[in-house]
Amino acid sequence: MRYAETGFNLEIDLSSGNIEKVETDPKLTELHLGGLGTNAKIMWDRVPPEVEPFSPENLLIFSSGLLGGTPAPAANRTIVTTISPQTRLMAYSMMGGFFAPELKFAGYDKIIIRGKSPSLVYLWIKDDKVEIRDASHLQGKGSLETSEIIKQELNEPKAQVASIGLAGENRVFFSSIEHGRSSASRGGLGAVMGDKNLKAIAVRGTKDINIARPEEFIKLCNEVLQYIQWRADNPIKHVPPILAGLGSPQEMAIHDEQWHTTAFSWGNARYRRKDFWTEEVEKEWTKVQDGAVERLISCYNCPMKCGAVISYPTQELSKYMMKCYSKLTYVMGAMADDLEFGFRIAGLAQGYGIDGFSGPQVMAFAIELYENGILTDEDLPGFPSDNEGRFFYLLEKIVRREGIGDVLANGVYWAARQIGKGAEEYDHNTIKKHEQIPIKLGMLNPIFFLLLSTGEKINITQIEGQLPQAPFPNPEDRKEFVKDWIQVPSDTIKEFFLKWEPRGEYAFPFYPDFQTACELVEWQETMHYIDDAVGLCAGLSSFPIKPPYHINNLPQIISAATGLDIDRDELWHKIIKRNRNLIRANNVRRGLRRKDDKPPQDHWKKRFPEYEAKLLDEYYKFKGWNAEGIPTKETLEGLGIGYVGEDLEKRGIYNNEQSEENN
Amino acid sequence: MSKVKKTIKVIKINADLCNGCRACEVICSAFHASPKYSINNPARARIRVVFDPVKNVYVPVYAGGYMAAECMGRDKYVIDGKEYEECAFCRSACPSRDAFKEPDSALPLKCDMCEDDPPQEEPLCVQWCLADALTYEEREEEVEETEELDDLETGLKALADKHGFQNIVDSVARMLQKEEV
Repeated sequence: MRYAETGFNLEIDLSSGNIEKVETDPKLTELHLGGLGTNAKIMWDRVPPEVEPFSPENLLIFSSGLLGGTPAPAANRTIVTTISPQTRLMAYSMMGGFFAPELKFAGYDKIIIRGKSPSLVYLWIKDDKVEIRDASHLQGKGSLETSEIIKQELNEPKAQVASIGLAGENRVFFSSIEHGRSSASRGGLGAVMGDKNLKAIAVRGTKDINIARPEEFIKLCNEVLQYIQWRADNPIKHVPPILAGLGSPQEMAIHDEQWHTTAFSWGNARYRRKDFWTEEVEKEWTKVQDGAVERLISCYNCPMKCGAVISYPTQELSKYMMKCYSKLTYVMGAMADDLEFGFRIAGLAQGYGIDGFSGPQVMAFAIELYENGILTDEDLPGFPSDNEGRFFYLLEKIVRREGIGDVLANGVYWAARQIGKGAEEYDHNTIKKHEQIPIKLGMLNPIFFLLLSTGEKINITQIEGQLPQAPFPNPEDRKEFVKDWIQVPSDTIKEFFLKWEPRGEYAFPFYPDFQTACELVEWQETMHYIDDAVGLCAGLSSFPIKPPYHINNLPQIISAATGLDIDRDELWHKIIKRNRNLIRANNVRRGLRRKDDKPPQDHWKKRFPEYEAKLLDEYYKFKGWNAEGIPTKETLEGLGIGYVGEDLEKRGIYNNEQSEENN
Repeated sequence: MSKVKKTIKVIKINADLCNGCRACEVICSAFHASPKYSINNPARARIRVVFDPVKNVYVPVYAGGYMAAECMGRDKYVIDGKEYEECAFCRSACPSRDAFKEPDSALPLKCDMCEDDPPQEEPLCVQWCLADALTYEEREEEVEETEELDDLETGLKALADKHGFQNIVDSVARMLQKEEV
């Protein structure tokens, strides 16, 4: 009997129409857990670096995590993995919602899609019955409309659907895969789905997921729920309200957006508006938000209400669903002061299926080019004079790849190089060719420097967490904070926090020491990699301060569910480290090197190039990587994946470390 | 007839507070697994959340009685401008739908308020509903003491209601005579 997992993957070849149910090797679960870990293994084995993102040989994997579909609260993430057309690296965006548990109940841990369908199709999975169905009537339909039409025509209201919109169909490099209010939006996964001519996947399952040690497991789940309730009554003090609770930032419930609107940058990641949040704005925005939010909603088996039903239209429907920060990304990107604009355009953009982070950044970049004479009226015929109008204009051009939209649809990095005429200067907020959250700060933060530089999800919110973002000025407050900080792996982290000051000897950039900085970074990253392997939402685990899931209870939770005996050391220093290095190796094989490990160029005003280089050196050493950021043969051997090192060696990667530009 | 005290167990459903997470389905199916909590499968749950996000419809419904035949007609409710699907509020396991049936055997499921030994403080779905859409109430009611009818009597009573008592007696007498011949 397999516990927590189903032990089967669904292999779909869209070129031939072949469908197979394949039993998986239980040994791989022991080595990689599941989710992102086993996805990385499949990508390593089956997608060599010669495979282009838009090749039939590229895989598109929809995976549940190892705990997905068990009663563990918030174990609902779907981990989607492919080669990104934008970064040309392994992309592994993920989404919440209901898709992964439903897939598990249908009897599969993953859907592995290869090939390319000759015409637009969708996939229908109901337990053992799997069909590839015609989707020509869904061409051009919005993502949510597609989901509604499919559920109706199948007469399956309980089916869960993941779909793409027009942007994915047209292979926009930052197009998303949408699922209700959840989306796997980073890295342009929707474009690969569109390239495969796969409009949607619908799944419905009625089978069992088994738990190895039920009494112990449910007790741990109950403790998680109790802690969530306790935290609801005990928000974190001395941090902005948006960071005080659990879940994704509670932006559907909380009106106070002072932190985001004054600390993050507006426009093309340019301007901080420290005086933006006035009483008048707060009053107006509260009114707009209360009018828009009809109900707060959750993902599968999670009590946090991070999402909402929004009473604004999408393409054809009168409501849509939203979560988190996308209510602000368009507003701030367009320098619009109007929250209503945010709700209006986000619904439309979600229907088209573009990433709510990258989309607004690309549009703001285009406006800057226009204002500086690099794009002209010839490129943008009939371009409106107001920014809100311009955003709607650009959205329509991009998702259709019409005119200049065809260039912008490749994202800021590629568009800048295609446009030329100095446009590259305006590409200042990307990492590894991918648009980043618009944050511009003063003093270099060594911890975030490493997280931003070396993170391969290429999205800071998906790699940081649990650590307050700024020191508490009052030492007494720090003492109080660490008293019940049960989530940390060691006292080193508590000691770091107790000493951490806004200014002076114990302040950034030279505090903490290298070793502590490395430990802090690895802890944060490791927690995300655990979540991504077991399918837990970061919102109850790796992201918020003092979460219910942490390094000290996760080994037991995973063990009770699966029957594997995994202690903290095995989980962290073997399994997760193995997964981390396998992802790194996948990307190294695709050309990733030290030169790519850097933050957005102007993320901080005060930079320290020599110190930063030393930080990176030390971190690479700490990780068991060489000076180019390549996992050494010894490191890989020690993790039981020596075959990876042998492959890198065979490809001459250790001898000729500086790769050619990988594009 | 004398009055007796009876405990009425009530799960109060505040559909306005439902966040659609379906934790109630999860814990219900896990609790009723054998051994307890060894299996999770919401398709086996004795509660289900009827939901239609694009209409903002969320209704948790408990499994009630088994119906051998489906209703003669269906109904649709419109409340606060929202239209609810046919059967949305119905608690029956009936031939017209999959709800409240074991997925393998199609045997009907019924909410038992999580009877347990030792007893649970509240049904598990209520415990796991942190949104407070489900809350539990108990009250004592004085009811007329009624004699419990056994299955045969229940059946006969239904027949008597339909055909009249004398007809039943006559039929039984006729059948007895035939048996003797």
